[in-house]
Amino acid sequence: MSVDSLYQEIILDHYKHPRGKGPLESPLAQSHQVNPTCGDEVTVDVSGNAHSVHIGYEGQGCSISQASASVMSEMVNGASIDTITEKRRAFVELMHAKGQGVPDEEMLEDGVAFAGVAKYPARVKCALLPWVALQDAAIKAGIAHEENS
Amino acid sequence: MTHSLDVARIRKDFPILSRTVRDGRPLVYLDSAATSQKPECVLDAERHFYETSNAAVHRGAHQLAEEATEAYESAREAIAGFVGANAADIIFTKNATEGINLVSYAFSNATSEAAWGGSPDPRFVLKPGDSIVVTEMEHHANLVPWQQLCARTGATLRWIPLTDDGRLDLSDLGSIIDYSTKMVSIVHQSNILGTITPVREIMDAAHQVGALGLVDACQSVPHMPVNVHELGADFITWSGHKMLGPTGIGLLWGRSEILAAMPPFISGGSMIETVTMEASTFAAPPMRFEAGVPMVAQAVGLGRAVRYLEDLGMDQVFAHEVDLTDYTLKKLQGIDGVRIIGPADNVDRGSAISFVVDGIHPHDVGQIMDSWGVAVRVGHHCAWPVCRRFAVPATTRISTYLYNDTADIDVAMASIVAAQEYFGTKG
Repeated sequence: MSVDSLYQEIILDHYKHPRGKGPLESPLAQSHQVNPTCGDEVTVDVSGNAHSVHIGYEGQGCSISQASASVMSEMVNGASIDTITEKRRAFVELMHAKGQGVPDEEMLEDGVAFAGVAKYPARVKCALLPWVALQDAAIKAGIAHEENS
Repeated sequence: MTHSLDVARIRKDFPILSRTVRDGRPLVYLDSAATSQKPECVLDAERHFYETSNAAVHRGAHQLAEEATEAYESAREAIAGFVGANAADIIFTKNATEGINLVSYAFSNATSEAAWGGSPDPRFVLKPGDSIVVTEMEHHANLVPWQQLCARTGATLRWIPLTDDGRLDLSDLGSIIDYSTKMVSIVHQSNILGTITPVREIMDAAHQVGALGLVDACQSVPHMPVNVHELGADFITWSGHKMLGPTGIGLLWGRSEILAAMPPFISGGSMIETVTMEASTFAAPPMRFEAGVPMVAQAVGLGRAVRYLEDLGMDQVFAHEVDLTDYTLKKLQGIDGVRIIGPADNVDRGSAISFVVDGIHPHDVGQIMDSWGVAVRVGHHCAWPVCRRFAVPATTRISTYLYNDTADIDVAMASIVAAQEYFGTKG
């Protein structure tokens, strides 16, 4: 199992050149999430409405958590909350597939690069951190609803 | 290089060290500050106990119960002897975290008892205006219980700050430890910085104002000769699993007079003297603090571990680590872009060495090292305030023990350089 399966080029590229990074000027809600075992931090801002969600983010941490935030921002900005929920579920499922998942490229875009992360249980939390923040912020903004997943 | 220990021979005693990880790489275990590996004799001792003498201790009159009790109490004597203590002053706990909680809850329980008209030992009764002192380099285990105790009692938490080179700044000690201070609880050897603190000086300062003192010795007892009477403390706690012993067992030593004055922490079976439906009285220490069926096999294993360490000699173990720490510090400082967090000189420091690599998050450094078979700790090491103090999100930590040698360090250094190449930060 080579570490290259974890650190895909796409991930390293998003880490070095994050897309859409920065806070929103007047967010409806914000969520700050930390990974208490390693100190990764991500803050996601949400504005817009259920038909078109806008996000901004800030963070510091490892390549996986920060690249995941960048990829997420590309995947979700301007999408409806239903589409975002679908993408989030697909990403969470991929992360819990222990590396056996076959990612849907149309659905996950650059998120497919994270398939290898699922082979490293300690890093799954890093990859999911921005998505947890997004879901929490969207709930606080009244755009998304609590769910049992 | 060191001749104090025959590492090649020692390594043969540790079965796990011959396994491979990640694509067949030999394991290079540099995470002993988190937990040490266990020699075969410790594993055998536990297994032998279960195969021949397993029974609940201090209850029952059958032969197995007698043998189990004998094995448990012999282990207590062996462990006490290892640190120059009397066996009656050694309490078995789940881990060092429980040892610290046991003491913090003595304060809490005595304070509650006093509020309801009881008359506990006044040294354990807190009120608003009292203070408890820790240091800025504590493991969360020696910080959070005291924060919680302050929240329950109205006492104030104070701390001895750090200098930029990762040592304690004692310049203001006289105003931090004063007559409001009831408890001073400090680490002997920092798990994140490696710093060895001047415990004797700080314990003496505590006693001058009538406060009690506790030393967290988790990183010192496994690695250097420690005599409980020389530290000047009232309590010393450490864990078994960091000194070649099993998980699930820790130790708390206390001065006998003080242990006798303390209310219990966890209550139930074994720790009582008499019980009626209305009330109970409690056994003398150490039994007062060992409710329920204890960790007998773990005690037996730890008893064997201290014999293993004594056979090697703690002076030799420490000398070996001083040499290896010297080697590691020099090698790390020879890599451009690596910065040591903590004392960079090999004076009053242990073998835990934290560092950051410019431009690469510690989590990623650790991942590349892991791909070389090198096991290190990444993160804040349960000492988040230290990371904040040095303005780093986390660190990577190398920590060695008696089974490591310079070859391990050489692989680790090569893997750090590989991480720099991988992430393109090599100048």
